[in-house]
Amino acid sequence: MGVTVFWALAIPAVVSGTMVFRFDSMARATFSLLTSLLCVGGLVVLLGLDYLGIVIVLMMTIEMAIMAVFMVMYMMNPAGLMPMTMIHNKKGAAVLCGLVFALLAGGILFAPWPARKGRAPADPTMDLGMSLMGPQMLTMMTLGMALFATIVATVVLATRRGRYDRLGDDLRARHADDPVRGGVGR
Amino acid sequence: MSLELFLLLATALFCIGLFGALTQQSIVMLMMGIELMLGGVILAAAAAWHYIAPATADGQVLIVVAVTAMALEMAIGFAVVTALFRSREIDLTDMAAELKE
Repeated sequence: MGVTVFWALAIPAVVSGTMVFRFDSMARATFSLLTSLLCVGGLVVLLGLDYLGIVIVLMMTIEMAIMAVFMVMYMMNPAGLMPMTMIHNKKGAAVLCGLVFALLAGGILFAPWPARKGRAPADPTMDLGMSLMGPQMLTMMTLGMALFATIVATVVLATRRGRYDRLGDDLRARHADDPVRGGVGR
Repeated sequence: MSLELFLLLATALFCIGLFGALTQQSIVMLMMGIELMLGGVILAAAAAWHYIAPATADGQVLIVVAVTAMALEMAIGFAVVTALFRSREIDLTDMAAELKE
């Protein structure tokens, strides 16, 4: 049963991962990537990590939906009506990726992997939670700080006009310098 | 099923993603390559947890870190695309080469 599920998820994961870079349509590429990452989520569930697998499935579904919106916003060919390729240095990259795969596969096949040590806890999710709130607290806090820094950085990068553009470098301008007048009290 | 099989699958996903990240000119497509690479990392971490050390939660923590990295990469990537598009109206990496000259 497990072996059948493994192959049923592994083959679509690799095939749809390859198709991401072969489709002309950006929207199709996005959903192909979604298929591949959903298969990864399924494989994580197969390995006994139910909670993390479901988190990956849910997160990737939302993430790819957002990505599809950005695709349509910024890409010239969202529907794939004209065939086109936007790639550079295909040969060099293919050689490099082949080498990396050969190196990693050699390591995987020839490394003396240690035998399985210990047994999985009855509830791995509980184990993860206790770990993140205990010995791995530093990891959790670092992730929290990184997420907070990302929130600030994305807002700074994505705003067209911030308060310094409107009210001057010392924020002391009497009237906001807006391209269009209006708003409350102005 | 074995550890090697899962790791080989993870490597395949990682290398496909690496190929995409190296070849694609469109910034959003490049980010999709990085997502695929991180998908491979997640799968490898899950396999390592299951087949090597299921008693400790370290493999699971690594997955949490990789998933967070995915989310951060997406958010920052889209913010950078938005900023670049707003200032220069470009969406390809080769057009954003001012620092090269």
